[in-house]
Amino acid sequence: MTSKAAISVTGLNKSFGTTSVLKDISLEIAPGERVVVIGPSGTGKSTLLRCLNYLDHPDSGTIRVGDLSVDPATASRADILGLRRRTAFVFQNYALFANKTALQNITQALITVKGQSKVDATARALETLRETGLSNKADSYPAALSGGQQQRVGIGRAMALDADLMLFDEPTSALDPEWVGEVLDLMRRVAEKKQTMLIVTHEMQFAREIADRIIFMSDGEIVEQGKPEQLLETPSDPRTQAFLRRVAKTG
Amino acid sequence: MRALDFQYMWDMVPVLLGYVPLTLFMAIVGMFFALILASVMAVERVFRVPVLDVFVRLFISFFRGTPLLVQLFLFYYGLPQVLSFLTSINGVTATIMGLTLHFAAYMAESIRAAILGVDRSQWEASQAVGMTQVQMMWHIILPQASRVAAPTLVNYFIDMIKGTSLAFTLGVTELMGATQKEAAGSFLYFEAFLVVAAIYWIMVELLSFAQRHLEIYLNKAFAR
Repeated sequence: MTSKAAISVTGLNKSFGTTSVLKDISLEIAPGERVVVIGPSGTGKSTLLRCLNYLDHPDSGTIRVGDLSVDPATASRADILGLRRRTAFVFQNYALFANKTALQNITQALITVKGQSKVDATARALETLRETGLSNKADSYPAALSGGQQQRVGIGRAMALDADLMLFDEPTSALDPEWVGEVLDLMRRVAEKKQTMLIVTHEMQFAREIADRIIFMSDGEIVEQGKPEQLLETPSDPRTQAFLRRVAKTG
Repeated sequence: MRALDFQYMWDMVPVLLGYVPLTLFMAIVGMFFALILASVMAVERVFRVPVLDVFVRLFISFFRGTPLLVQLFLFYYGLPQVLSFLTSINGVTATIMGLTLHFAAYMAESIRAAILGVDRSQWEASQAVGMTQVQMMWHIILPQASRVAAPTLVNYFIDMIKGTSLAFTLGVTELMGATQKEAAGSFLYFEAFLVVAAIYWIMVELLSFAQRHLEIYLNKAFAR
C-alpha cells in the first residue's frame, strides 16, 4: 500500500474528439467512504466512473488503487486488468450476461477471474443471492427477470467480487419507478457493510441518506464537494445552487 | 417414354446407403475444422490483429472468390506437383481440406457479423469484472454470437454435405461416385440419380429437424 486511500485520482483528463469531457479531475476516496456524484446530464459523471476502470481510456492522469498505479501513457494490458480486478462496476442498463443464469452471472467472474473452485463460487453466489433477496431466481436467465431483479443481480455480481471500490453508474435511472425502491434498499445494505462506494445518481434523497460526501460535477469539473447537508443545503457555487433548484422543482 | 424401373431403384437404395457414412464423414470432419478455423478468423477480423489481418483477408478473399471445384483440383492435382510431400494425398483428405478452407472463409464472415451483433453491454460487463479478452470471447461473446450465427452455419453445413459430391471428380467412390458407377453399368441414369437425389434430400431434411432443436436449445436463455 503506497496510499491510505482506497482510490486516488490525479489530473484525469478525457476528451471525445474535440469535446473535453473531464478536465483535470483529482479525487481521493478513503476506505469505507461512500461518495455520491451529482450534477447535470452530460457533465462527465459517467465518463469519470468509466475512466476509473478503463472502460473508457483517459487521455492523461494517474489512478492509484492499493499498490497499483495506472497511467494511460504507460498502462499495460496487465495494469488495466489489475485495475478492473480491484474495482466492481454496476451498470445503468444492468448488463447482465444474457447467456448466463442469475447464479452464473455471479459465479462466472469468481471462477474465471478470481480462480475460485466451482463449489466455493457457487456457495458465495447463493449467499449473495440470498442477500439480494433472489434465492428463488438463481436459475433464471436475465430475460426472465424484471428490471429491478436484474439490477439486484448486477449489484450482487459486483458485491461478490470483494472489490476495493464499487462503482455505480446511475443504477436506478433505467428502472421503472416501481423497482427503484428495492434497488436503493439493496445499495443501503451494501453501504452498511462499509464497502467503499462511488455512486453517480439522480436520487437526491438517497444521496443525502447514505453519502459521507457529495461531489457536484459540472462541465467536466468537480465544482464543489462536502458533507451532504452542507452541499445540499448551503452550496457555495452558483452552478450548484442552480442545479439543486432545478432538481427540487422536478422532484 | 418408358416406365421407371422401380425394382432397380429399390435394390439400389441399400447399395447407396452404404456410401452415406463416407459422405457424412467428410462433411462432419470438414465442418468441425471449418468451424474452428472460421471462429479464429472471425475473432481475428473483429480485433484486427496487425499483419495477421492481411493474411486472413487474403485467405477469405481467395476462398470465397474461386469455385470449390477449382480449389479441389488445385489441392489434389496441382499441389503434389510443387510440394513433394503431398504426393500421397488421397481424394478424401483433399476433399476435406477443400471443404474446410472453402466453407471456413464463408463462415468466418457470418460469425464475424454475429460477434459484432452482440450487445455492447456484454463486452463492457465482461471487461468490468476483469476478464481477459480470451475469457470474454469464450464465455460470453461467442456463446451469444453462436445463437445468431446458428441458422446460417447449419445452412453452410447443408451446402457442405452436398459439396462432398465433388469428391467424385477426385476419383473418390462416395455417394455420387458410386451412383455414377452403378448407372454406367445399368444405363438407368434417371433411376439412379433419382435415388441419390432422394438420399441427399432426406439427409438434409433430417438435419433441418435437428436444426430446430439446436435453435430451441440456443434460445433457451432468451425465452421469457
